[in-house]
Amino acid sequence: MSNDPLIQVKDLSVGFTNRAGDTLSILRNIDLSLHTGDTIGLVGESGCGKSTLALAMMGYLKTGLRVLGGESDFKGHNVFDLDDKALETIRGGDLALIPQNAGQSLTPTMRIEQQVNEALLLHTKFSKDQWRGRCIEVLTQVRLPQPDALLERYPHELSGGQQQRVAIAIALAGEPDVLLLDEPTTGLDVTTQAHVLALLCALAEETGTAMVYVSHDLGAIAQVCDSIVVMYAGEIVLSGTARRVLKHPDHPYVRGLLSSIPRLKQAIVPASMPGRPPAPGEVGNGCGFVDRCPLAEQRCHDERPVLEAGIAGERVRCHFHQRLEHLPPPELPNRPERTNLDEADIILRLEDVAISYYTPGFFEKILGHESRVPPTVDKVDVTICKGETIGLVGESGSGKSTILRAIAGLQPPLKGSIEFETTTNLNTFVDDRAKDTLRRIQLIFQNPDSSLNPRQTVGEILAQPLKLYFGLQGEELRERIEALLISVRLHVDYIGRLPSQLSGGEKQRVAVARAFAAEPDLVLCDEVTSALDVSVQAAVIELLTELQSDRATTYIFVSHDLSVVRAVADRVAVLYQGRLCEIGSSEKVYDLPSHPYTEALLGAVLEPDPDTEPRLMAEDIVELSPPTSGCPFQRRCPRRIGEICDRETPPWQGADQSHAIACHIPLDELLAMQKQPRIMPVALVN
Amino acid sequence: MIKLFLQRLVLGLLTLVFVSGIVFVTVEALPGDACTAYLGRMATGTRLENCRRDFGVDRPALTRYAEWTLGALQGDLGMSLKRNKPISDIIGTRLRNTLVLGLSATLIGVPIAIFLGIIAGLWRDRPPDMWISTIAIFAMTIPEFVSSTLLILVFSAWLGWLPGIVTTPPNAPLVEFLSDIILPIIALALVMTAHILRMVRTSVIDVMASDYVQMARLKGVPYWRMIFRHVLPNALLPTINLVALTIAWLLGGVVVIEVVFNYPGLGRLTIDAISDRDLALVQAIALVLAAVYIGLNLFADLLTLVANPRLRTMRN
Amino acid sequence: MSAITALKQENIFVKLLNVLTMMASRPSGLIGLFLVGFHIVLAVLSPVLVPYDFTAMDSQAILSGPSARHWLGTDNLGRDILTRTMLGGQQALVVTSVATVIAIAWGGMLGVMLGLIGGWLENIVMRLVDAFLAIPWILFLLLIVSVIGLGLGVLIPTLAFFYGIPVVRMSRAATQDVVALDYITAARARGESRTTIVKKELLPNVLDVLLVEAAMRWSWMLLAFSSLSFLGFGVAPPTADWGLMISGARSFMSFAPWAVLAPVVALSSLIIGINLSADALAKALGIDRAQKTPV
Repeated sequence: MSNDPLIQVKDLSVGFTNRAGDTLSILRNIDLSLHTGDTIGLVGESGCGKSTLALAMMGYLKTGLRVLGGESDFKGHNVFDLDDKALETIRGGDLALIPQNAGQSLTPTMRIEQQVNEALLLHTKFSKDQWRGRCIEVLTQVRLPQPDALLERYPHELSGGQQQRVAIAIALAGEPDVLLLDEPTTGLDVTTQAHVLALLCALAEETGTAMVYVSHDLGAIAQVCDSIVVMYAGEIVLSGTARRVLKHPDHPYVRGLLSSIPRLKQAIVPASMPGRPPAPGEVGNGCGFVDRCPLAEQRCHDERPVLEAGIAGERVRCHFHQRLEHLPPPELPNRPERTNLDEADIILRLEDVAISYYTPGFFEKILGHESRVPPTVDKVDVTICKGETIGLVGESGSGKSTILRAIAGLQPPLKGSIEFETTTNLNTFVDDRAKDTLRRIQLIFQNPDSSLNPRQTVGEILAQPLKLYFGLQGEELRERIEALLISVRLHVDYIGRLPSQLSGGEKQRVAVARAFAAEPDLVLCDEVTSALDVSVQAAVIELLTELQSDRATTYIFVSHDLSVVRAVADRVAVLYQGRLCEIGSSEKVYDLPSHPYTEALLGAVLEPDPDTEPRLMAEDIVELSPPTSGCPFQRRCPRRIGEICDRETPPWQGADQSHAIACHIPLDELLAMQKQPRIMPVALVN
Repeated sequence: MIKLFLQRLVLGLLTLVFVSGIVFVTVEALPGDACTAYLGRMATGTRLENCRRDFGVDRPALTRYAEWTLGALQGDLGMSLKRNKPISDIIGTRLRNTLVLGLSATLIGVPIAIFLGIIAGLWRDRPPDMWISTIAIFAMTIPEFVSSTLLILVFSAWLGWLPGIVTTPPNAPLVEFLSDIILPIIALALVMTAHILRMVRTSVIDVMASDYVQMARLKGVPYWRMIFRHVLPNALLPTINLVALTIAWLLGGVVVIEVVFNYPGLGRLTIDAISDRDLALVQAIALVLAAVYIGLNLFADLLTLVANPRLRTMRN
Repeated sequence: MSAITALKQENIFVKLLNVLTMMASRPSGLIGLFLVGFHIVLAVLSPVLVPYDFTAMDSQAILSGPSARHWLGTDNLGRDILTRTMLGGQQALVVTSVATVIAIAWGGMLGVMLGLIGGWLENIVMRLVDAFLAIPWILFLLLIVSVIGLGLGVLIPTLAFFYGIPVVRMSRAATQDVVALDYITAARARGESRTTIVKKELLPNVLDVLLVEAAMRWSWMLLAFSSLSFLGFGVAPPTADWGLMISGARSFMSFAPWAVLAPVVALSSLIIGINLSADALAKALGIDRAQKTPV
């Protein structure tokens, strides 16, 4: 193989013309090259242009976009000069894309076989009678079980992880020289994500295919890529080896980004960055990061920095990157240790709670049949003290949000009891609760786009709880709203704005302010940071922590992101299929995960650190409903001991709620097992 | 899948029962009954009573409803007092004529609509789309009686190519309708095409914007292969039901078109029956037309079930 | 009170103006708005503008073509066609716009209610709605009009009732879409009363859909109204009405096409105007109208 780069992007700028007739750029002066065997990670927050860049390498621009300057070469030819026919040969043949959402990127009316065949027909020389064999080969290559049965299926019949693997298989079928991966694991569960990434690493090694991996997730990139290119506001701000970028970031943005990521191993509140990234056209003559930069000087406003070579061979776009060495590392406050918690001062007690969405049909009611569908959530016992934060974690379908809905009175439990301050029974629907009880329990949702009424101004949104609970009016109401806005660090001018005029992080602040308007004692946070970029997420976490220490509010914090939970929670409850597996203080659960599921879950978490590697424990099969008897984790458990797991509900070990697990294997045996090296490489078998 | 279809079938039958109820109740609730309508000004005293007794109009409404629906199930739609004939005999050939008209318009209109809709969708906001969409707005919005009248004016009055008014008797063999039926078919197909092409256009545009079509382009699938393999199956699937609904809805327009062209179908019969206040006949026609509507929708459901892998592969 | 109003967004007139500006920003929307506006102005002003009385017969000019005396010619009774065409939309506009408002009001309210309540009541009513939709619209109108008789007192409620039925279906679907969103859940969890939730959270978001629906229903109703007139079941002669004029002049159209063409152009331009406006309105409010079937 020659040493010529496969892909060479030269001074590429891409942009569009807005209605006012101004030309705004999405990508500015990008230089990048990719050689055989390279794995490059393109990382940045939403809107930084990373996906646009990846697609531009294939000669594809979204409608409205055009090349403003420069070129992108593939094997020496500028892809923007190629005609349709030449592009069709390259796309999928030499350069294959693995899309973000495989479920929506597979054509719903075509069988898997037809879709793989298409790649074989268009990009390989296999004859028709070899197709079937080749199909099975690529599906086996991506570790899909029973490939011949799978070929007959339609995309909607597969799970998310399987769809993603099929998308990878289709890309591999064209025998490409370069794989472009556009957020290939976003939206997958933690364990599935870890499996897909392991597969990608293995493929890169087996086939030597070069990869461009686009993601917002530095953790995922750290696993797969040798070098990292960080983008900000349409520019490359830093590029270098993965190790250098992650360990010694030479750009203030990357430094800030890394410290805004919550870590699994430390209970720290991540540092947020002030401000927000500029929109296309907002960047002035100077550096794109100038408004948020701790090093900024007048020169940064006037003069755009160039990409220059750094100390260790990396390229960095900053006038003053040498000074970073002398800048003190950002202060990462430890999560406030709550010593004053009174175990006896209980705010909420869930006892043997079961919740079911299943409503028995007409005939079943008449005939009095017992429901044969196991409830979505079952046997949940949790006690929550005043002023603490308890995290509920688990993968999608683990019933964590369902529990919040029950506490909020939106889906009353089937059985068991929910007690508020030992005096108020919460087994009731919202309509049957006293106004003061309602006031004291508030809910914050995942997505502020749907939790804020698009027709109401920020002022109207915040006025609702104030009017409802306190009957505030007139000047008093306005003052209170302004005070709330200030408390969530929004300008008082926002009072007349509509949600559509705010950024994602600002909207979530409004949602937080609405909850705190009620002066609640218990706030239920349902994946409140999941829809946000990391730096914005850090700011919201910071805000929540601050509000809590001011008011001694209790949080129930639901998240699929274990690192975020580590940053906020005093105690953690791990759920699988709506059943509790493990509960205990954060330190104990995170440092000594005892339950096999917790172990698997934590093992699969990706850290933005080249020295850690996820450990794949459980197989990533998707279970649609919990088993009717025995341990909920029986079907995926790597430490299964036998029939007892299927038959009998595992007993709780550990007396109190400071640490307890539900497993048939004795606690010390489990811990001993974890110390042994893994015998069975379950990782890549499905 | 079979279960799904049976579900739809039961729902359809239920709807039909509701229709019969609505029609019956409406006629009952209106002032007067079959006998006052039949006797007209002579509907007084004993004559009215005799009539009511003879035709069983004085019996409780529920009994008559049961009789009527049970009869209808066996194909007996009752007697028309005015025409003194079994209703099924009157409706038979008229229904045939209307179905021929509707079916021909569908067979001509739907393929054209799909073709034009695809063209308009693929060339969105460019000249082909602008022409097609503008013409479609005209064809869709101009009332049927206006377009029919204009058609007669141009092709019959001015050019003299085709007859403007049908003079063939209702029960004549179909061949004799051949020249008469062309203008009514055009009038009906025009509206139908316009409605359906707009839906197809939207559907094509939606699918063209989908992730899997973008992905197909990025897999290097040639344009026309992409259109035929990835776009059309997905774009046309959701339109099946919409097409059926539209066709069924246009049954109302058939009435007007038949009157304008004096075409001896069910529509003109309706107008005649209403002018004669032959309520039994009106009831029967309403039921028959509703059955056609529901049948058409069921057919579309079945077609969708067979064609859509998402529904077809649905277990239980 | 001023403090509260400051929390609210710009007032309704500003909003209306915004929507109208957005509608007019496309040529098709501009044409549509112009046509509708033109017809409304004409209907209001024509009683003072028309050159003749609409029943006045000119025995000197029967079925005469366009001339200086009669710009658009005369009909078979020697009545001035310009006069009759200018007046011919009045009845139709009044009847259909009143009926549209009523139809949207009752259909919208029932739909919202059903969308909120759900359960068996919703199922039964939706079956009924389906059943009504299975009966061709014209049959129903004809039946009622023929038995009860002609006149606005019958036409308005009949049209309003029948055209409210598809609105029920529409607004129910729109309600269900909105109810599934988190801001409704948030209001429920907060403990807001049902009326507040409907008034403050739900209706403002369903109203857009209803507005577009109203524009659409209006055009269908005009179509139905003029069809009824044409068939002789609408307004009674000698009222000047487009449908009636077209049906009357049809017999003479081979030698007096102007008598047919004038009302045809008037009626078509109004309906096309409404449709173009409805399309533009839908686009301005971000709703795709072409996706919808007529029912």
